[in-house]
Amino acid sequence: MANLVEIRNVSKVYERGKQKVEVLHHIELDIAKGDFLALMGPSGSGKTTLLNLIGGLDSPTDGSISVGGERIDRLGEGALAKWRSEHVGFIFQFYNLLPMLSAQKNVELPLLLTNLSAAQRKNNASIALQLVGLAERASHKPTELSGGQQQRVAIARAIVSDPDLLVCDEPTGDLDRQSAEDVLGLLQTLNRQHGKTIIMVTHDPKAAEYASHTLHLDKGTLVEQAQHA
Amino acid sequence: MKFLIGLFTFVVVIAGVIAFLLLPWQGLLLIVVLLGLWMLLTRRGRQAASVTAIGVGTLRQRLGSSAVIVVGIAGVVAVLVAMLAMANGYRETLRRTGGDDMAIVLRGASASEVSSVLGHDAAVVIAQAPGIAKDEQGKPIASPELVVAANLPMKGGNPEEDFGSVQLRGIGEMAWKLRTNAKIIAGRKFTPGLRELVAGKGAQRQFDGLEVDHEIKLGNQTWKVVGIFESKDAMESELWGDADVVGPTYRPNGANSSTSVFARLTSPEAFEPFKAALVSDPRLQVDVDTTVSYFSKQSEGTSKVITVIGMVVGAIMAIGAVFGALNTMFAAVATRAREIATLRAIGFRGLPVVVAIMLETMLLALVGGVLGGLIAWLVFNGYTASTLAAGTTGQLTFEFSVAPPVLWTGLKWALAIGFIGGLYPALRAARLPVTTALREL
Repeated sequence: MANLVEIRNVSKVYERGKQKVEVLHHIELDIAKGDFLALMGPSGSGKTTLLNLIGGLDSPTDGSISVGGERIDRLGEGALAKWRSEHVGFIFQFYNLLPMLSAQKNVELPLLLTNLSAAQRKNNASIALQLVGLAERASHKPTELSGGQQQRVAIARAIVSDPDLLVCDEPTGDLDRQSAEDVLGLLQTLNRQHGKTIIMVTHDPKAAEYASHTLHLDKGTLVEQAQHA
Repeated sequence: MKFLIGLFTFVVVIAGVIAFLLLPWQGLLLIVVLLGLWMLLTRRGRQAASVTAIGVGTLRQRLGSSAVIVVGIAGVVAVLVAMLAMANGYRETLRRTGGDDMAIVLRGASASEVSSVLGHDAAVVIAQAPGIAKDEQGKPIASPELVVAANLPMKGGNPEEDFGSVQLRGIGEMAWKLRTNAKIIAGRKFTPGLRELVAGKGAQRQFDGLEVDHEIKLGNQTWKVVGIFESKDAMESELWGDADVVGPTYRPNGANSSTSVFARLTSPEAFEPFKAALVSDPRLQVDVDTTVSYFSKQSEGTSKVITVIGMVVGAIMAIGAVFGALNTMFAAVATRAREIATLRAIGFRGLPVVVAIMLETMLLALVGGVLGGLIAWLVFNGYTASTLAAGTTGQLTFEFSVAPPVLWTGLKWALAIGFIGGLYPALRAARLPVTTALREL
């Protein structure tokens, strides 16, 4: 299968005062289209940094990153924001829903960046909420939903603009076991039935089992790959 | 280098704010229309509108901190508008006293009526100048008048100690034809030849004993107040008596002299020929001006001082309000860091975030400005005050005037405070890398 993500010799260095901290060292990685990849590793190993680079939230210090054939490391801030809005869906550990907006309005947020009419936005958001099994909670605000439900709303928000790539940073890190399994099952469905490429950072080996394979990072370097059934 | 960039930004912002404060309402309307079009027609504009709607939607949940901005700015605007209303009221009162078709003639090089002296002969010559309107009997409507200072006990003060200065104007019958706005509202006009006075409504408010049929002591003589007049201008602060009685009482050695001659002209266009005739007359050495110009000049100094004091006090308070707004908006941005970072992560750009935060702050500032203007209007509009007016010898009574231009200035100040208060938090929110903002949570 063709690669969706191609990472070549990527390094990332942060400057903290006068000190330079190299978080990623010469990463080489290909992620196939339709893959479900789990990124694991100890804290500070560079998982989230790598995820942010792939998601276009940050730029590498060295090397190149292509996503869907586009060299995102060459894009400026504005172009990168536009690219993210069209190609990436984000799922965060703490859901990052806007508390004063209903589930429906939260899901509609990425569509505000498109030329869709209000009716089309509403329709698409409803479909996304239906897909995550929360159609009946559309008018509820995040505080009126459980953690698992909030994360499913966040997933609906991530998929509503039909992106190629979903990047998930510890999506089950704040959930109980049952809710985590529901969310992971949903991600698996999105991967298997809807062809979404998913990259997920997790500390949880059980969560990683839902992915098609796992990469381990340690001190900014890829150390091993595990293939799942 | 960072310091220099910061300093440059600060200077640009201050210059922009000053330019904004000088902007006429049409300029602001244009900015609002352009901003509206941008938000309606462009992709980034629509983003900004969406983010603004989200921010404004959270205001109800942040009532307490939002109120800090509103109340702080309302205080600044209320004080500023009150001061400007004072200056405006003072200026308007003196301006209303004159007209383009009314001239005042003073001795040459006299700064005001009180420092001028015109002899009887000069007054006769002036009354015969071309351009003066005639009454129904064909007499020129020109009024030689004598202005002197008198002392009266202030209302509400100790009658033995608290005296204030009031301007006593000696006039002839023609003065009533000249000032058609002056109306007797109680009692009657004074009788020529008698020690009788009519008091202006403003003077009556300020001084004790100015009631119809009361007697008062002026210039060691007893005068009877026989009427109260209203003219809605600076004259209301005066006492009027017969010039032929006021003169001998206050100027026994120059009883026939006057301090000024007021003349009603046939039209504003008649002023220049009138002035030319008097200035070129070798028998006279006089200054000639329209009364609107004369009283505007008289009010200029004092109203400028009041305006400057208002601006300085307003500016000092505004600095406090700016810090209040900055503090509140920095806190709001920090509280909403997760939301802002999320919005930027899913593709909203920095500019819409900046515009949204600034619009939110300026909306709060606008509410504060309207509230402050309303408070100033309710409390001060029409409030009567008095001051020793420039070019006169007496207290000038005037009303604070919270006029639309004054309110407009207050609103512009409010928006300027909101602009500065919102700018830096907005820039911070937009500049902070998304990954940093997400990590800080």
